[in-house]
Amino acid sequence: MGKPSDLVQGTLDLLILKTISLEPKHGWAIAKRIQQISNEVLQVQQGSLYPALHRLEQQGWITAHWAESETGRQAKFYSLTADGKQQLDKETAQWNRLSQAINIVVAEA
Amino acid sequence: MLSRYKLWMQLRMLFDRKRAVRQLHDELSFHLDQQIRENIAAGMSEGQARKAAIRSFGEPALVREQARAAWNWHGLEKLGRDLKFGIRTLLRSPGFAVVAVLVMALGIGATTSLFTMVRAVLLRPLPFHDPGKLVMLYEHFRQGSDGDGFNSVAPGDYRDWRSQTHGFQDMAAMRGYGGIFSGVHSELPEVVQSAGGSANLFPLLGVTPVYGRNFTEAEDQPKGEPVVLLTWSLFQRRFAGDPSIIGKQIHLDTVPTTVIGVLPSWFTYPDARIQFWMPYAQTFAPEDYGIHDGHQSKVVARLKPDVSVRAATGEASALQYQIHLANASKPVAEDVWSRPMIDDVVKDVRTPLLVLLSAVGCMLLIACLNLSNLLVARAAARRKEVAIRGALGGSRLALIREQMTESLLICLAGGGLGLLISLASTRWLATHWRNLPRADSVHVDAWVFAFALLLVVATALLAGMIPAISSTGTSSLSALRESSRSIGGSVSRARLRKIMLTAEIALTVTLLSAAGLLFHSFIRLRTADLGCRVDHVMTMKFGLPTIQYDTREKVLLFHQSLLERVRRLPGLRGAALVSTAPGTGPSGDRVFTILEKPAPSYSLQYDAMTLTADPQYFSVMGIPLLRGRVFTEHERLHNDRYILVSKKFVDQFLAGDDPIGKHVRSGWDDQVDNYEIIGEVGDTVYDVTKPAQATMYFPILSGIPNRTSEATIMVYSSVDPLSISTPVQQQISALEPQLPVYNALTMDQILGKTTASQGFAADLLLAFAGASLLLAGVGLYGVLSYLVTQRMPEMGIRIALGAQRSEVMRVVLVDGLKPVLLGAAAGLAGAVVAGSLIRSMLYGASPYDPLVIGAMIACLFATAFAACVIPAWRASHVDPMQALRSE
Repeated sequence: MGKPSDLVQGTLDLLILKTISLEPKHGWAIAKRIQQISNEVLQVQQGSLYPALHRLEQQGWITAHWAESETGRQAKFYSLTADGKQQLDKETAQWNRLSQAINIVVAEA
Repeated sequence: MLSRYKLWMQLRMLFDRKRAVRQLHDELSFHLDQQIRENIAAGMSEGQARKAAIRSFGEPALVREQARAAWNWHGLEKLGRDLKFGIRTLLRSPGFAVVAVLVMALGIGATTSLFTMVRAVLLRPLPFHDPGKLVMLYEHFRQGSDGDGFNSVAPGDYRDWRSQTHGFQDMAAMRGYGGIFSGVHSELPEVVQSAGGSANLFPLLGVTPVYGRNFTEAEDQPKGEPVVLLTWSLFQRRFAGDPSIIGKQIHLDTVPTTVIGVLPSWFTYPDARIQFWMPYAQTFAPEDYGIHDGHQSKVVARLKPDVSVRAATGEASALQYQIHLANASKPVAEDVWSRPMIDDVVKDVRTPLLVLLSAVGCMLLIACLNLSNLLVARAAARRKEVAIRGALGGSRLALIREQMTESLLICLAGGGLGLLISLASTRWLATHWRNLPRADSVHVDAWVFAFALLLVVATALLAGMIPAISSTGTSSLSALRESSRSIGGSVSRARLRKIMLTAEIALTVTLLSAAGLLFHSFIRLRTADLGCRVDHVMTMKFGLPTIQYDTREKVLLFHQSLLERVRRLPGLRGAALVSTAPGTGPSGDRVFTILEKPAPSYSLQYDAMTLTADPQYFSVMGIPLLRGRVFTEHERLHNDRYILVSKKFVDQFLAGDDPIGKHVRSGWDDQVDNYEIIGEVGDTVYDVTKPAQATMYFPILSGIPNRTSEATIMVYSSVDPLSISTPVQQQISALEPQLPVYNALTMDQILGKTTASQGFAADLLLAFAGASLLLAGVGLYGVLSYLVTQRMPEMGIRIALGAQRSEVMRVVLVDGLKPVLLGAAAGLAGAVVAGSLIRSMLYGASPYDPLVIGAMIACLFATAFAACVIPAWRASHVDPMQALRSE
């Protein structure tokens, strides 16, 4: 588990939005945090991370600014917008509904 | 939901893309850096860390592409890139690009031009009020003669329809007329074409005079006040647009006439040459205003909103039948037929215009196929590159789009240039097409641009689709595998090109046959036998005003003096007078009976064309005397009860029996007399497109004012007939200084005039067919050259193995001529269809004339042979060692 192709596009969006909802992060930090919090279960590859980040940015749910990173180099930090917060809530509710339903079906028998 | 962030992103991506690209690059390299740090921190060396990082990162270019694919305006960016690439590719082969653009420009330009004309002339409604409700009414004779059954209307019939039927809202009448128009002080007399219109004509059509007023009902009577309405062109030409002429009096046929108004500039119906209008009733003598057996008028009617045209016409037709029964001994029609007014206006040009439109459409199709062929060749040359790109992950759609871009660019450039060409050529066509109805309504508008754009898209798709799809197919993988030695490598590509070529040739043959048939028919008309001398003959018309020349003696004196003077001119071999020259149109016909041979049925009338001539007319014009004698100087003034008849007359009414001594009873201006037939002469035609009609000749020396005042002087000269024109005119002026002459034409010019529009259409069609033949020939040459290049190694092997060079040449020639044969066979079928479609334009020439079609096919094969010879020669002279070595 952890192969990026197993993660549906919608769920990756949810993870990213949640990750930067607390504080702005750059791409590397986002990937590392997801990995960390899920106990190494979810490993996001660059090939899916950056397309997702750019898509979210184009949609207007996250916004970016350039600032100095912890290493001293300039990095692109993403933060959540007001629309993004709304989208996050919507997707969270959707995910809960979906996973509950799956759990019920799987728990049968 | 468009948030302000999204909007901001869209604007940024549109205008500041370069910065975003740079930032993406920085972002990804930052990520890579972080990975390397992590690896170093985990214990790897710098080099190892870097390698491991790059390995896990994946192909940076791919990641970049995937990120960029998520950007806004990505589709537009791709399009822009394709266009740039396409332009660069085209600029690399400028020769091909220029030729392709020119060919498409010609095709698109010609098609747009003809579409503009068809739209303006055939499709646009007439510029009158509610034109859809206007119909023309005609009389129909059940004993149908030749013609389309639509006959002019008699004034008595029109007046009865108007007063006694209720199916139409209103109807109005008009007729053609002529006249001598002189100024306020009788200066500058000129003969002009004019028309008579009833008082309600202009209100019915919805035309209001720009200055002044319309006719009143009181003026629309045979003895009404002489008034006239000027057309805009006459108003500008003679009075410099000065409205003070309204209310003044000019002279019409020397009668003082008041100008009461000026018609608007856009009103050029029914003929743009009409210079003025007078009240309809005033064009008739009082006793003629109610006749039912003289037909010259046109009737236009407006439909009532709730009455169908069938019902209204039926009512008028029933009334007409009653009139017919009440006038059983006269040529009165039985029925009334109607047709929409617009059909009436354009009936002569509908078929030619549509034929020309189809022809340019064919030409455009051929040009598309040619372009497609060329693009297939170019794509074939690049198939290795395309295959590699496909293997590297390029989607088929992207590759197809790129190929289509090239054809789109060519068609766009061609379309732009073609639009300019069409603007010029539309103007040229509208001015050079003689007597084109509604020529003034031909102009370019937004629809023309839309049509041109549609053509561009359609041609780009048509020309680009086939090469794009065929060159990016799954078989492209085999292109990577094949070595240059493989012989069967591009067989499928060659087959595709050959199929397209066959289609091109089929279309070309169809076009060529249609053009050939039309041209052949034109030549036939142009060299038609009028029945009389055509070379070295000058003609000139004049009309003696009946006010001054009101007795037989005065008219005769003028005619005789004129003939005497003209016959004394140097360089003259003969001069004579006739009412209307042959080939200039109908001269009027009359009903008659033959005393010795009464008509079999009471309702069946004998009818023949009527001319007046002087004794020397027949010898001067070379019309043979078949029986009896011609007029002499004795048949003059009151001794005029003698006529001559034509051969057709004798065959039709006397069954070929000897006509001499028989008597004809005929009426002229209500005066019925017996005339003795004294001779039979050869036939002449009044219209080259129609067969000869039975004709009677009355002596012009009778001098009867109404009968003989209008005459044409025919002059047979031994020198160039045009040079004799001024001396003759001077003789006429010497006798009558103010008398205008008109239609000063040689017989050759007369013949040319009647065939002019036929010749024009034939020339155009030939030009299109010729262009198509050239395109097809070039296409054939291209395909064959390509094939030869592909088969060079094979040819080399053949020659090395001992084949004769002539044998090799034969192989290539046969290979090239096979699609030509197939195409020609298919084209023949098309030619048959086309021939039957243009039958109405051929005036009696057979649409399946084997000579013409055979000649065109021969043309095609000659061109095909010429196109094939060079590649075949090249193939046969290939050096086998070189061919085998070249890869």
